[in-house]
Amino acid sequence: MIEKALTGGRGYWIWIACTLSAIAAGAYCYVLQLNTGLGITGLSRDITWGFYIAQFTFLVGVAASAVMVVLPYYLHDFKVFGRIAILGEFLAIAAVSMCMLFIMVDLGQPGRAFNMILHPSPRSILFWDMIVLNGYLVLNVLISRASLNAERNGEAPPAWVKPLIILSIPWAISIHTVTAFIYSGLAARPFWMTAILAPRFLASAFSSGPALLILVCLFLRRVTRFDAGWEAIRKLAIIVTYAVLANIFFVLMEFFTAFYSAIPEHVEHFTYLYVGLDGHRELVPWMWLSAALVLVAAVLLVNPRLRDRQGLLTFACVAVVLSIWIEKGLGMIVTGFVPSPLGEVTGYAPTLPEFLITMGIYGIGALLITVFYKVTLSVRGQVKA
Amino acid sequence: MHDRGRIILGLLVFLALITFPIWYNLISGQESRPPEIELPAGETLCVADREFMRTEHMQLLMDWRDEVVRGDRRIYTASDNRTFPMSLSGTSRTEHGGSCMSCHDNKDKFCDRCHDYLAVKPYCWDCHVEPKGGQ
Amino acid sequence: MAIKRRDFCWLAGLSVVGAASGKVLSVGAEETSGSGSTLIGEPLLGKRWAMVVDLQACRKEEGCRDCIKACHATHNVPDLDDPDEEVKWIWKEKFHHAFPDQEHEYLRHDLRHEEILVFCNHCDNPPCTRVCPTQATWKRPDGIVMMDWHRCIGCRYCVAACPYGSRSFNWRDPRPFIDETRTDFPTRTRGVVEKCTFCDERLAQGRPPACVESCESKCLIFGDLEDADSAVREALRTRHAIRRKPGLGTQPEVYYLV
Repeated sequence: MIEKALTGGRGYWIWIACTLSAIAAGAYCYVLQLNTGLGITGLSRDITWGFYIAQFTFLVGVAASAVMVVLPYYLHDFKVFGRIAILGEFLAIAAVSMCMLFIMVDLGQPGRAFNMILHPSPRSILFWDMIVLNGYLVLNVLISRASLNAERNGEAPPAWVKPLIILSIPWAISIHTVTAFIYSGLAARPFWMTAILAPRFLASAFSSGPALLILVCLFLRRVTRFDAGWEAIRKLAIIVTYAVLANIFFVLMEFFTAFYSAIPEHVEHFTYLYVGLDGHRELVPWMWLSAALVLVAAVLLVNPRLRDRQGLLTFACVAVVLSIWIEKGLGMIVTGFVPSPLGEVTGYAPTLPEFLITMGIYGIGALLITVFYKVTLSVRGQVKA
Repeated sequence: MHDRGRIILGLLVFLALITFPIWYNLISGQESRPPEIELPAGETLCVADREFMRTEHMQLLMDWRDEVVRGDRRIYTASDNRTFPMSLSGTSRTEHGGSCMSCHDNKDKFCDRCHDYLAVKPYCWDCHVEPKGGQ
Repeated sequence: MAIKRRDFCWLAGLSVVGAASGKVLSVGAEETSGSGSTLIGEPLLGKRWAMVVDLQACRKEEGCRDCIKACHATHNVPDLDDPDEEVKWIWKEKFHHAFPDQEHEYLRHDLRHEEILVFCNHCDNPPCTRVCPTQATWKRPDGIVMMDWHRCIGCRYCVAACPYGSRSFNWRDPRPFIDETRTDFPTRTRGVVEKCTFCDERLAQGRPPACVESCESKCLIFGDLEDADSAVREALRTRHAIRRKPGLGTQPEVYYLV
């Protein structure tokens, strides 16, 4: 079926060329990073995790969000999601692959990564993250391969796929919960050490993931003959709406606990994010942008008459994805390190090589998604001639 | 067989490429010479005999590494009851004898000779300070 | 050809994974057998190594950095000027940085203005060893929180987990930045995390940690808390000691005599 990805129009090949260029640039910078060390990033002794780990955190959410399509369709027989379930699964595969790539490029000694398997450490959450991410990848590869194969042959998928699909539902929840546990069990980082971190992660995942899927479906409706159906998109939009409201609520809960208790080591992280701390205001405009975007999106999404208008829905989904990306991809990780355990406030910004490596990995994800969707839609005979 | 011509041609090209090291050396008249290592003066017996060390010194060093770093056990008793401190650092001797570099104190003339010949690059030297011998 | 290309590719991929996992299982099963002992000149043996820092004695010498120089020289710790990339095993901090929960407006003058020696606390309940995915850092039976620089994959989870900022990561190759490389101790390489190890290699030779030995004011007291006659227990009996961030439950084993 891969050969179906090797035929396409001009636009298709230009897009493939763009992803390959991004990957090439990223690969070159990664070789630089291997030779010089992680010092070529903007990371430092105080801010030891940054752009790479933040992208990993955001993408785990996207990967987990496939469950929002799979659960209604397979557990509750919600036939409307029938055509897009596999798109969600492929999105999950690409997202989880990018997650693991981001972790690999963040390692100081990636050649030794196998030590995690040779010397299992069940008390370490990273160990469990490795297990659940790889397990989720394997699950989704098996499920989507079997489903697509069956579709191509015009028959029902084999019986063993159903239990795997059922398994993938709690597994999807687990990948993001375990990822939250990486952060939320650290006494050293009061910004992360909150019970609401895992629920926050899930709420933001279920907002950004389905929103991304809506955007993908609308895009595919434009460039191919695939139509997910307005009913499916409407239902996805409702899921996004509730998830966005839950996410806003959780963030407000965080504000209350921090500011009402007035404990400095809780307050200062939010001060850093929204006002600035010790002269460092790098994230302030981004966080206000994120807040504005999610509030505007919430207003648009809550009203069914606005939500049902494709133009406004598109805008709301873009706003949600961007807002959550800022919240997780910029604000979540770095803020855990500011101030440092010794009370220092330092700044962080990704360097050019760091940015290019990140773009390279996103390029790999984009390439994967493109190939997957091209093959799927070709199998369904819905690619535009 | 379909495409018989192309397949056979491809196989021949593959064979030619894979045997390149052999026929290239023959044609260009270069010979491969085994490495000449300079053994330390005055010592005749290493931690174990030559054959064992040749094939097993990598595993021995890895075992030593875990014994010292993870087990906090620092003396090795060889099969003939001689003792050695397990160390890949430093040339000094203790009352338990010297370690590898006490005798093999020149990396260029000993370790590198075989490693370069075999194109092996052990990364031990990234951290363990290499002995410079009589320089 | 009866087999389809896709199935062939799957079989090939699965065979590779199968062959690799066979190798993995056999590698994992190799145990290193021990034929070593610990005796190099009567090592110092302890059940719970700890350090007492006498802040009053330490302040007698203004600007003294003897212990820092001794530690960093002994262990080939690189000297990087950039505070973003610096590697340090022991250094001095202001009181409100070392003890943020003891800070108040009316601190005694000397505590307000002088600096506190800080290094790894070798906690009894260390969060860093809990999070390490390869056990490249672990707590030894004698209490030392140890580092295995061969195994560290440089994920920096331990750096994130340490509430005291005791750990440094090698952001680049440290060798060009080492003032004088000593041959009897390895350097580290880029991509691994390092910190104070209570001089385990010196303890094995019956010598106290380098910082303790180098201090002329004798303000660093090292000993075994489980030994009621040890110098550390004696020090703790006579004066009040505080520890860094005690509320976090890490049980740090570095005590500061104020």
